[in-house]
Amino acid sequence: MSGRDGMRAPLIEARHVSRVLRETVPVTLVRDITLAIGEREFVAITGPSGSGKSSLLYLLGLLDLPSEGEVLIEGRSTAHMDDDERAAVRLARLGFVFQFHFLLPEFTITENVALPMRALGRLTEAEITARAEELLASLGLADHRAKTPDGLSGGQRQRVAVARALANDPLVILADEPTGNLDSKSTAQVFAILRDLVDQHGKTVVAVTHDLNLAARMDRRIEIVDGAIASDLRAEPA
Amino acid sequence: MNLTLHIALTHVRNRARQTLVAMAGVATGVGFSIMMAALMQGSQEDFIKTLVDALPHIAISDDLREPTLQPADTAYAAAEIHGLTPNVRRRGIKNPMATIDALRSWVPGALTPSVQSKAIIRFAGRNRSVSIIGIEPRSEATVSNLAVKMRQGTLASLYRANNAIILGDRLAEKLGARINSNVTLATTGDVNLTATVVGMFHSGFRMTDENSGYVLLKTAQILENQTGLVNEIRVRTNDPMAARLIAERIGAETGYKSISWQESQEDLLSTIQIRNILMYTIVGAILLVASFGTYNIISTITHEKTRDIAIMKSLGLRSQTVRRIFLIEALIIGLAGAMIGWVLGYLLCRGLGSLEFKTPFSDSNRMAISYSWVHYGLATAIALISSLVAGYLPARKAARLHPVDIIRGAT
Repeated sequence: MSGRDGMRAPLIEARHVSRVLRETVPVTLVRDITLAIGEREFVAITGPSGSGKSSLLYLLGLLDLPSEGEVLIEGRSTAHMDDDERAAVRLARLGFVFQFHFLLPEFTITENVALPMRALGRLTEAEITARAEELLASLGLADHRAKTPDGLSGGQRQRVAVARALANDPLVILADEPTGNLDSKSTAQVFAILRDLVDQHGKTVVAVTHDLNLAARMDRRIEIVDGAIASDLRAEPA
Repeated sequence: MNLTLHIALTHVRNRARQTLVAMAGVATGVGFSIMMAALMQGSQEDFIKTLVDALPHIAISDDLREPTLQPADTAYAAAEIHGLTPNVRRRGIKNPMATIDALRSWVPGALTPSVQSKAIIRFAGRNRSVSIIGIEPRSEATVSNLAVKMRQGTLASLYRANNAIILGDRLAEKLGARINSNVTLATTGDVNLTATVVGMFHSGFRMTDENSGYVLLKTAQILENQTGLVNEIRVRTNDPMAARLIAERIGAETGYKSISWQESQEDLLSTIQIRNILMYTIVGAILLVASFGTYNIISTITHEKTRDIAIMKSLGLRSQTVRRIFLIEALIIGLAGAMIGWVLGYLLCRGLGSLEFKTPFSDSNRMAISYSWVHYGLATAIALISSLVAGYLPARKAARLHPVDIIRGAT
């Protein structure tokens, strides 16, 4: 998609986005954030606990609605979209990885990975199964495809979550503390997978993390403090 | 397999015990509904059939619907007239045979003249008040099933002796009378005659069998002390259900009181209607209670699956897809429960139909059961609708769930 000046529009753009919880005492989660994330970016969103980094990710991923401002996906405003339209954008254009894997426990991991594809309905059942198995195999889970999430380790479950996020071949993967619940070995595995998605497959990965070492190895670091952007740094090209 | 169906089936399968309890609730509701409907309709049909077979469909009596106007009423424009003595009307239907011939030209069915009389019957020192019906044996067979209800003798036996009488078998038993016994009939008009018992009938209705006797038309005319008297014309219509309309037309044409079997048994028929309302209320209540079970299980599943719903919605499943999942679950419970209910209902019907019992009102010694697909269809439709309603509320709640609220709470 192209902007007015002929440049490609950012994949995700936030324009003066704020999010306030209307409770007895209003709580501001995100304050007037403007940012743009383009193709093949590997972005870390960091900040102290409660700073609003996960809230920002949910806004960028259309899981939450801004109180003010707007979020654009591939140059298209989502401000006037209803729930179903936002769901359709999430299904087709975005992939999510959460800290607690959030796999459906009653289904096999193949069925979990197949779920977004079945919901989208573009492929046949045979194609869906083949793609789910291929994704699982590419993440080293070929031998576990008939298992349910209960039969896997934390790192394996998180890899299944990554496979599910990739199911509909989205341009952007949004990850909320993807390694927050993993040991160092699994953290390294998952990080390597995310890095590979950017470098080898041309995806954009936006990951919330409180692990500054991990963030330091990403291409861009956005630090959130008190709901606002404190810094937005890009790593020097190697 | 369709995604929503797959998820719904998985949810239901993984809660086998709860699902079976909910299905058992629906099955019990459907089963007992089918049994109740079969029993009620069966007894109603049996009752009406017996009633229709035993009684003339229309009885035209010599009474008038409205009292005749006195000559003074027509001669003077007075508000009220006191001290008039009503005209004495000659009893009976005027020109009965001509009236019957006129009616035969358009009434779809058979007609026969008869005389209704009351008498005291005496035998062996026992007295009983009875209804004596004067009939023509040849045409009687066309308007009632008396001929096939004969236990001893035939209708033609009435021609066998002077003043012959056919008694209800219970009446004969109470009097101790047998075939060829001579009984005495006494009326309020000081007529006494001796009649020979030539037959016995058994209608199946205790009241009739204990209090009725049939004699020839001329014998009843002697009892009523009026030669040529016919005070009732009895009609059997080809379609019993058309009797009410035909009776109204006869009444309008002849001026005599013409009563259909529906009108004469109005109290009983309205009792049946009330009974049906009660039945459907009870059946509805049973199914409503069963739907609480469905509501409970769907509600429990949605509560347990809150996180899964949030996951599915965060991945991009639409609200209506989530709602459909839980509605399908309710439908699965309702449909499976209804199918088990069919078997239960059928077995209950068979079981009830095989029970033997005695009733003081009629001869029937088995429960009359009506087997109809309508009962199964109706119970299933109500079960499915109540299951869907029960499932809709938690399904709607699930569909409205905001995924970020759950995800934020979990992380």
